Amino acid sequence: MENLGVLLTIPMNGYLEEQLNERCKLFRLWDVPKGDRIGFLKVHADSIRAIVGNATVGADAKTIGLLPKLEIVSSFSVGVDKIDLQVCRERGISVTNTPDVLTEDVADLAIGLVLTTMRQICVSDRFVRSGAWESNGAFRLTRKNRYGIAKRSEAFDCPINYYSRSEKPETGYTYYSNLLDMATNSDVLMVACPLTEETHHIINRQVINALGSKGVLINIGRGPLVDETELVAALLDGRLGGAGLDVFENEPEAPKELFGLDNVVLLPHIGSGTWETRKVMADLVLKNLEAHALGKPLLTPVS
Amino acid sequence: MVDSSSIDVLQPVLILLPMHDFIEIPLVKKFKFLKAFEAEEGRDQFLEKHAEIIKVILCTGFTPVNAETISKLPRLECVIAVSTGVNLIDLDACRERSVRVTNAGTAYSEDTADYGVGLLMDVCRRISAADSFVRQGLWSANRDCPYFGSSLGGKRVGMIGLGNIGASIAKKVASFGCEMSYTTRSQKETVPYKYYPTVLELASNNDVLVVCCALTKETTHIVNRDVMLALGKEGVVINIGRGPLIDEKELVKCLLNGEIKGAGMDVFENEPEVPKEFYGMDNVVLSPHSAPLTPESLENVVELSIANLNNVFAKRPLLSVVV
Repeated sequence: MENLGVLLTIPMNGYLEEQLNERCKLFRLWDVPKGDRIGFLKVHADSIRAIVGNATVGADAKTIGLLPKLEIVSSFSVGVDKIDLQVCRERGISVTNTPDVLTEDVADLAIGLVLTTMRQICVSDRFVRSGAWESNGAFRLTRKNRYGIAKRSEAFDCPINYYSRSEKPETGYTYYSNLLDMATNSDVLMVACPLTEETHHIINRQVINALGSKGVLINIGRGPLVDETELVAALLDGRLGGAGLDVFENEPEAPKELFGLDNVVLLPHIGSGTWETRKVMADLVLKNLEAHALGKPLLTPVS
Repeated sequence: MVDSSSIDVLQPVLILLPMHDFIEIPLVKKFKFLKAFEAEEGRDQFLEKHAEIIKVILCTGFTPVNAETISKLPRLECVIAVSTGVNLIDLDACRERSVRVTNAGTAYSEDTADYGVGLLMDVCRRISAADSFVRQGLWSANRDCPYFGSSLGGKRVGMIGLGNIGASIAKKVASFGCEMSYTTRSQKETVPYKYYPTVLELASNNDVLVVCCALTKETTHIVNRDVMLALGKEGVVINIGRGPLIDEKELVKCLLNGEIKGAGMDVFENEPEVPKEFYGMDNVVLSPHSAPLTPESLENVVELSIANLNNVFAKRPLLSVVV
């Protein structure tokens, strides 16, 4: 696919960038000063037939509008909320993502977040590194609670509730058709759904209050699933017990008000951030591009 | 000699060194704490003074109970430890005198196990390092987090020790798709994981070692340089047992030289001292011996301690007997 002009939106993976550079005609958007980008895209509009974006910078209507030859958007992520799917549909532009290959890692991190948030492991690490343990010798009392995400949490003996568009009786878990009810009846609320217009701010003040001062919110989905302003206020007020967050509304900005709190863990969107998974994701992006270039069926098209 | 008519209604319990507040506060309501460490006349005189009435010692995991002390207490029937570890109690001396020893049994097991899993996840997925990265404001500056983790799925995890805590950790870690194996003094027939007869063989065949066995003379420094080299450059060690199970000086060297990839430790050889070299390492997670410490666990231990103290005085069978 040497003739495939690919626009890479931001640095996202060294191996992916290297491969795209070797195998395609690579255009690095971030190398262009912000003010010059529109001009840059206009100059190369005839060459750019593909965009590779991720959860941070995808392909919005404006960018797509500047690229008349665009045929495919291949996302280095499973979430496609940063891609204007409507415009792609209208223009007949294919969209692919990286589902399934990162599922295990994100699920693992979700449990990791529950454990590190509730047992204050990161706090303990900071406490020891500061030298305070040595000078104080004080034991730290940590909190414990019930926790889990689906299958893994069964191993932790946690009863599981779930809220989703449809009931899944084969799981054996307790279905709630009302999110507020579920929040009231849960100690840990895991947010793991896709971001759409309907799910934007699905975790709002009411849900947070229902989860309560002993409850913990874990977000490994997308930042805008949670009303971040409300979340911060609730944590500062003590209306919410704690939070483990891998995603935020305006990455890479995380609310500074939370930096001093011991009942939160703040991660820079590393759900799929392992060497193993990122390589598999990169290979999937490349395979999709190659399939497109050869006129073969795409491996993981987004319908 | 103590005049028996001056003894309180509460039964006396010998406390050699300060007891944790969370144990002392509920227990002093039910028992008379005889605090040897507060005695103006010195411990030996104190023990002599109360020798006729002391049937039971209540101790923490950090309190040595040696043969000499035991020999000064002719009426001693039981040593009740509020910890899981009893490595500072002279068990042989207790056996010789038919003094029973009880520990915390399973009171802390689930919470210690959960914490162990948390440490393992933190080290493999760089959670504490990434959390620090965000809190220092480096994410907004850099965007690219340098802390890449390693997938848990498919990792080979070797347990050193498979008691209550080890078995619980193994069950939980297995749910992440890890391949579990173990080494213990003797193979356990009902355990579905692969058994290795030595720690060296275990290390050679695993990506992660979880240290959660009892500390004895035999198991001191059971994780030594050879074991760490066998584990290899991608290897991770998690210590949720006792500091001296690992040769700490060698651990520091191996980490500094990249002989192993990372470590998560809730225990150290000389708590609360921690080798300063760890402070600058972003591939280790350090914890101040807090794995067992949750309100629920402590409630369990308080309940268990009260039960066993009552059992001693009522001459009923003891729970969680070690000796």
